[in-house]
Amino acid sequence: MTKDIIFTRRRFLVGAGAATAALATGAVLGHWTDVLSGAHSASQTASPGSGPLVLVTLYGGNDGLNTVIPYQDPNYLKLRPNLGYQPDQVLPLADGLGFNPQLKGLHALWGAGTLAVLRGVGYPNPVLSHFEGMDIWQTANPTDGSGPGWLGKWLDEYSDDPMRALSVGTTLPPVLRGEKNAATAITSTRLTLPGDATLQGAYAALQAPGSDRVGLAAAVATSGADLLNAKGQLDKLAASATSPSTPVGTAPGAGSLTEQMAVVAELIKAGAPTQVYQVSLSSFDTHAGEKPNQEKLLADLDSAFSSFFAGLKGVKAAQGVVVMTYSEFGRRPAENASGGTDHGTAAPMFVAGPKVKGGQFYGEEPSLTSLDPNGNLLHNIDFRSVYATVLDKVVGVDPEKVLGGSFPTLPFV
Amino acid sequence: MVSQNRSDVALLYRRAGFGLRSDELDRLSTGSYEAAVDGLIAGLGGAADPGSANIPEPTLTLPARPKKGDLAALKAFNKAITADTQSLQAWWMNKMITTSTPLRERLTLFWHGHFATAVSKVRYPKLMYLQNQLFRTAGSGSFETLMQAVAKDGAMMIWLDTITDKKAHPNENFGREMMELFTLGLGNYTQDDVVAAAEGFTGWTYNTTADRYVFQRAQHDYATKTYLGQTGDWNGNDIVSIALAHPASPRFVLSKLWSHFAYPVSPAEQVVTDLLDAYGTGMSVSAALKAIFLHPDFRSDTTRTGLVKQPVEYLAGAARTLGLDSTLQPLSSSGTTQGTAGAGTAGGKTKVKPVALSALATTLGQTLFDPPNVGGWGQNTYWLDTVTALRRFEIALILAERGDISPVSSVPSAERLDAAANFLGVDGWGLTTRSALAQVADRPSELVALALSSPEYVIA
Repeated sequence: MTKDIIFTRRRFLVGAGAATAALATGAVLGHWTDVLSGAHSASQTASPGSGPLVLVTLYGGNDGLNTVIPYQDPNYLKLRPNLGYQPDQVLPLADGLGFNPQLKGLHALWGAGTLAVLRGVGYPNPVLSHFEGMDIWQTANPTDGSGPGWLGKWLDEYSDDPMRALSVGTTLPPVLRGEKNAATAITSTRLTLPGDATLQGAYAALQAPGSDRVGLAAAVATSGADLLNAKGQLDKLAASATSPSTPVGTAPGAGSLTEQMAVVAELIKAGAPTQVYQVSLSSFDTHAGEKPNQEKLLADLDSAFSSFFAGLKGVKAAQGVVVMTYSEFGRRPAENASGGTDHGTAAPMFVAGPKVKGGQFYGEEPSLTSLDPNGNLLHNIDFRSVYATVLDKVVGVDPEKVLGGSFPTLPFV
Repeated sequence: MVSQNRSDVALLYRRAGFGLRSDELDRLSTGSYEAAVDGLIAGLGGAADPGSANIPEPTLTLPARPKKGDLAALKAFNKAITADTQSLQAWWMNKMITTSTPLRERLTLFWHGHFATAVSKVRYPKLMYLQNQLFRTAGSGSFETLMQAVAKDGAMMIWLDTITDKKAHPNENFGREMMELFTLGLGNYTQDDVVAAAEGFTGWTYNTTADRYVFQRAQHDYATKTYLGQTGDWNGNDIVSIALAHPASPRFVLSKLWSHFAYPVSPAEQVVTDLLDAYGTGMSVSAALKAIFLHPDFRSDTTRTGLVKQPVEYLAGAARTLGLDSTLQPLSSSGTTQGTAGAGTAGGKTKVKPVALSALATTLGQTLFDPPNVGGWGQNTYWLDTVTALRRFEIALILAERGDISPVSSVPSAERLDAAANFLGVDGWGLTTRSALAQVADRPSELVALALSSPEYVIA
């Protein structure tokens, strides 16, 4: 588990430090970050038609059975006598399944053929702990959820540009943390540095490369330089943005999902080179009073998707955008005595975007009668197959290099 | 420039403690480096820690586990877990800031990362406290004694599911991680060994009312097992002992210690070989630590540039230098903390909102008592990314604003850069840092904040 010292993180900077040591003083300090931005803008940018990927994390374990409802299965209302939805309440899809009544916008996307539902997604020997379950989903390591995030491994392998992946929220979830590279966390379309111009100028000077900075000292300065680089790129994008952005809340998952996805849409419109975005919504742990609580959350999810896609209609940079939801687990098929459900296993995932082969299901609907020893659903799509598909088709990288194994891809995009 | 001895003693205390204030460094560097090592090692044993004697024990209020379905009770229970955990975090942070046995607290932090156990799964803050005390009291003796005690530690037994390990349905979690992360490392055991280990620990459970380990005879698998090449009717104690007798174990444990205190190494490296005799068949952690600090490579450039401060040591060290407690209230000279959450007039200044140092550590990615997973926290570049850079700068501004920076602010602008290096225990500033700091030499608080954000300070 010991992480090796990695000096090669940003070869450009370290190299520049050695080569331009003489320049790394006084006169050029005010401008060197511009030089850096230039270097980055010359690097690979996402091609239209492939990405970006917008990952939507639903913390707490969303109840899959009251999201995509098997309303024609008589066992559903037997398991959910109080919590279940009646057939006339659901928004019908196909195969006897229908959406939760709050998901009107998603239903329209399904109708337009741009939203697919992956059924029964999970992994072998599922854990029922939020914390370990979320680690497993974020690291793609179903053994114990240890190691870098799956998209962090992608960053390690392919990119040291701090704009390559952005996470909306104040802290960075493990999914976007690699062993040497990581995404940048933002709470609006801009990054704000404390202090006045003098302090900010001194802070920028502090991040400059220099012959007195090698190894980890260079890496410390580089992390600050990356921050300024990301800030510079975001400022430039914001200057060309069509509408001012509203900052979202400060805690992870705070600020409505609609607000968070509006930030993402704004950046896509402005032409950000970002290939992966992460947004999140919390409080899906509905052990009690599930119906009103989950409906409120699903309404936010629905409005977020609707306004996101409406706002990006006709935007060239958004032609390949794919939005994907996931949660650490689904919930127990049988309702509990408190008007809620306990921790479960397999659940549906949503995948939406102009290039998504939507209006259809992938995978089988899990049986409500053949359950595991805890009374939970059995999975039929391994979540790593879903990851392999988006890595291959949306992010545009070799899934095996990131996932450390081969998983069959699915034809949803 | 500072003398070699002063630089060495400062390095030692940054790695084996939480840094020294300049007055402490003045005093300790009049003696030899070896004497400073002896002083730290002496602080490992015994119970007394006069420095933190006035830190109140954590308040643990956890009510009885609620009955299934009692939602009001569940809500109160969850609230108490959070409150108790915050109390634990504040207690340990204050200990780290005020301790006069700094190596013991640093070693406790090392074991917390080595045996990474998280309250978010354990959900008994009191058990986290007992585990922490175990690391503090047994952490420097025989590693075998420690490992055996950890195997029977309540928090660990819940964390890695030993309590569910029964003859009818063995759970492999603890057995696997014990070999992979605690004693041997990957590649030194097979899946068959994991299965045998799980069988060995069957019947081990924990009574959370009496806070003690319990052996359930009826749940134990007494069958003969072959484990790491040895066959017998092994129980859990044997499983631990056999792992520790494996030739890969000393190198594995010593490489972890060297990597934490000096710079990251793999078990095969020469410095690890150099420590084997000190660790010995008695698996003495204190002797190994002494050998690490006295090893010529410990004072090399590789060590000096080999580690990034993890957030907890960064914050505890800065708070110590700036005279702040775990809620960023002024620390009195007697080592008591004045502020508790809620109180807060600092020296007649306007009321400032108390901020928990441990919450700041969380924003930097390290939550005490809640490591991300059983692998613990990473090192070095693990702590370096854009978000952490921004948070570190924001936090440095808060610390410098609240702390006592008179050693820097009271001298003329022209002398402030050197004063800041001396104040923060840094040997000196490189040219790049120096030219950046010079831009705010007339603003002492911002100068200190910038210095706290510099590569020279962020490197341990």
